[in-house]
Amino acid sequence: MPELLQFLFSGVTVGAVYALVALGFTLIYNASDVVNFAQGEFVMLGGMITWAAYAAGVPLPLAALLAIVGTAAFGVAINKFAIEPARGAPVVSLIIITIGASIFIQGGAQLIFDKQIHTFPAFSGDAPLRIGGATILPQSLWVIGGAVVVFISLWLFFTRTLLGRAVLATSNNRMAAQLVGINTNFVMALSFALSAAIGALAGVLATPITLTAYSVGIGFALKGFAGAMLGGMGDPKGALVGGFLIGLIEALTAGYLSSQYKDAAAFIVILLVLFFMPQGLFGAKKTDRV
Amino acid sequence: MTRFLTTKNVTLLVLILLVALSPLLFPSGFYYRVGALIFVNAIAVTGIVILTGYAGQISLGHAGFAGIGAYACALAPVHFGLHPALAIFLGAGISAVLAYLVGRPILRLQGYYLGVATLGFGILVSMVLNNERDLTRGPDGIEVPELGLRAVLKSIGVDLTNGEFWYFFCGICLVFGAWLALNLFNSPSGRALRALHGSEVAARTVGVDVAAMKLKAFVISAVYASVSGSLLALQNKFITPDVAGFMHSIEMVTMAVLGGVGSVLGAIFGAAILTLLPQVLTVFAEYEQLVLGLVMMLVMIFLREGLLPSILRKFKGRGE
Repeated sequence: MPELLQFLFSGVTVGAVYALVALGFTLIYNASDVVNFAQGEFVMLGGMITWAAYAAGVPLPLAALLAIVGTAAFGVAINKFAIEPARGAPVVSLIIITIGASIFIQGGAQLIFDKQIHTFPAFSGDAPLRIGGATILPQSLWVIGGAVVVFISLWLFFTRTLLGRAVLATSNNRMAAQLVGINTNFVMALSFALSAAIGALAGVLATPITLTAYSVGIGFALKGFAGAMLGGMGDPKGALVGGFLIGLIEALTAGYLSSQYKDAAAFIVILLVLFFMPQGLFGAKKTDRV
Repeated sequence: MTRFLTTKNVTLLVLILLVALSPLLFPSGFYYRVGALIFVNAIAVTGIVILTGYAGQISLGHAGFAGIGAYACALAPVHFGLHPALAIFLGAGISAVLAYLVGRPILRLQGYYLGVATLGFGILVSMVLNNERDLTRGPDGIEVPELGLRAVLKSIGVDLTNGEFWYFFCGICLVFGAWLALNLFNSPSGRALRALHGSEVAARTVGVDVAAMKLKAFVISAVYASVSGSLLALQNKFITPDVAGFMHSIEMVTMAVLGGVGSVLGAIFGAAILTLLPQVLTVFAEYEQLVLGLVMMLVMIFLREGLLPSILRKFKGRGE
């Protein structure tokens, strides 16, 4: 039993990271219909910038803030220079653009930083907490708490603020939103900034546990995407639940089946979801107009 | 005369001339090797043209099929005593069956979903190649037996160096593959594929079996990728699971889209550029990823049809 609990703890921890990435995906997808394959690079940048700043002597909280703000600016730049000029391009082109952005950021990161694996100290020490015979790191609680706080803030933002409703309106119907006076370009930029900041936050919180390097992004992107898809593309609630589920499935696969194939679990889940319920757990059933 | 100058014949003629005459300009034997690599990539990319250019479907996992083709040539001769040349066909057969089985459910999906489903498939294949060490020897790679065709040629009096042999062998395979693809383009199936690319609903209303046609394109392009993987393995006499990796899938799509995914010649042009780029950039090896990513974004934003069609249009525009 403690064994199962241990697997659940580690599953919820990585699941929280995937959930954050999935939430980031969802934000951009809703605002622009673009699936941003560079989403994982935001996680990488969050971790790497924090490490670099911390190593240069900046206090950890300030370094983390720097990383989140810097990555958000990067997200705005991607929207401005890569997504906006390509508006109306076919899906194949958009996929290649965001994959190109992802490879570009990786290439830049290995030049500016280096190719080593890095980390920085956990926020509340390394002494594991004992719960029911299993242990959990204090940093795990930071990660899980981060995912929950981000989800609640997003929910409040979308339901309680005018700006949040403007974002929702834009994602529903861009033209109609423009007609009622919403600055849709600003909404797009805002979505990319928020999405990048959430990704970076995931990187900042997770790095003391998972470590970071210039190449970690693509793995996070794929798992996060699996989570978003499992929950139902475009639904923040689905992204949260889907991300946690992917993390749990992965941890249980590693624990009970095979640690070599733990990464396969996410992809088998993607394939099964796509085959049997393409709309995901929470997604609305889509009907094609014929 | 104009009847003979169809796109198909011009494309084939240009290709044959390129394969036959380029060696005249080669300053050293090394260029045969680069040429053969370009042809191997171009074969896979021709498959992408059929899938993406003709039928409008995307795959981010075609390297998985290249991996199957490559490992068929590495494993079948050792384990089943199959001749390496036949192993190419075995790999192609396995890829075709797998593409059929995976493609049937996957191809109902569109756009991003299709991209991610194929990506998942490719990653699963590369994971198996990496992890089943008893069979594949894992990430360190495995040696591949000699094809033996060069010895046969020698016995009938054609003595080629290894580089020359692979250059011409892959070149001939590419011309053959391009010929098949061009024939497909003008066939009823090709027209059906292009129709569903334009609009699936419209294609369905005029009686095109959309699902079956997409599946057909997927299976054919998988066979191209598989053969390309086999040829790569046989000429290097060594293969690692990287051949099935995510980056290789992305490279295939990028090559096709860079040159112009709508035309066989354009895609081959893209394959040539992206194969040459790392050779030119070896001095700046550190910048390779940076440049690749930048090229992908710039071409997709500013030259949506790809390099070759954009260049051709410029020339035509000037003429008018």
